[in-house]
Amino acid sequence: MRRIIVALGTTATGLVLLFSWPTSWNRPVAAGGQAVGLGGAGTSQGTAATGASSSSGSGTTAPVTATVDGAMVQTPYGNVQVRLTVADGTVTSAEAIAYPDRGGRDVQISNYAIPILSQEAVQAQSANIDMVSGATFTSRGYIQSLQDALDQANL
Amino acid sequence: MTRTAPDRRAWVEQIMGMPISVHVRGAGARDAATARAVESVFADLRAADAMFSTYREDSQIRRLQRGEVALADCSTAVREVWLLCGTALERTDGAFDAWAAVPGSPGTFDPTGLVKTWAVTHAAGHLRALTGLGFALGAGGDILVQTGPDQTPWQIGIEDPRDTSRVLATVPVADGGVATSGVAARGQHILDPRTGEPATEILSATVIGPSLLWADVFATAAVARGASAVDWVHGLHGTSGLIMLTDGTVHRWSNAP
Repeated sequence: MRRIIVALGTTATGLVLLFSWPTSWNRPVAAGGQAVGLGGAGTSQGTAATGASSSSGSGTTAPVTATVDGAMVQTPYGNVQVRLTVADGTVTSAEAIAYPDRGGRDVQISNYAIPILSQEAVQAQSANIDMVSGATFTSRGYIQSLQDALDQANL
Repeated sequence: MTRTAPDRRAWVEQIMGMPISVHVRGAGARDAATARAVESVFADLRAADAMFSTYREDSQIRRLQRGEVALADCSTAVREVWLLCGTALERTDGAFDAWAAVPGSPGTFDPTGLVKTWAVTHAAGHLRALTGLGFALGAGGDILVQTGPDQTPWQIGIEDPRDTSRVLATVPVADGGVATSGVAARGQHILDPRTGEPATEILSATVIGPSLLWADVFATAAVARGASAVDWVHGLHGTSGLIMLTDGTVHRWSNAP
């Protein structure tokens, strides 16, 4: 467990964690699923975590839970700091404990900095979707499209 | 029996040859002020179409293309778009080139690839002025969203270019833009400025970012660039997205600001 904490502290950056996966996560989906992208290669931005750990020893089958606070990272929008919760070597949550919050545009940026794409291709009709982004939307093609259905449902 | 009024409402108009969808969520969804704001959005987009349409011979952009007016004599909107196209050319290392977008006519200025999301961004100001409402403004597959007081993000589906009944992914977006470009969007080809030929290596590129206009520019540039865009997108700070190549391979990225 200790080794995991150290690994987190040296490879993870608060900002990358805020974005929930590393910048290097640019690869074919066919390469397989991946949980929250910790420890991805080449993601460090020189922001070692402070490692405020509550890790316990070994030899028990009970879940080992620890929290790790990332270093405060300066961004163009303000300071960002992320706290991880790790259970048995798996990150179970990533929470921003400091983020830009001076109002107005900063709040918008904070709101923005979350989008995470789901990994699975799914039937559009079965997904809980508000709008569809695509390159093929013409007025003609719009008829019978999913977007048309989403619009009609709320007219 | 009483029914609570729906807190969500949608409008659709066909403008610029594409559906413009406005969805609002929140307590004021059925207020008259909301309906007026949506009408103002549509009116702004019609005005932008009249100014920038390359299908209207009397549009300012067509007159500029024919040399009947000088840039300095065009509206501030046209001059702003001209400057943005110059910035886009730089920020995409030449892949988004409004002066190389007309087949067989290099040097002709055609800002069509940027005008839609530029106009949408401006028009959305009418919705931003409303309090207590979140909105999603979709224009032919490019989407600008903002949450209301409840901060609930909008769920955006990314269309599978090979099968529009499927989505490649979904993404929750609280505030920002989602833009998708493809090789044959709207029956027009995106040209590779290096060759002047239609780009063919990317089926679709989706970019998510805080600015819809720049997400759109980057998505178009990715398609123009071709397969090498898979590496190029690493440099797009503060964006995430996905690219589907013609062989069906999907690449994803997410970059810190």
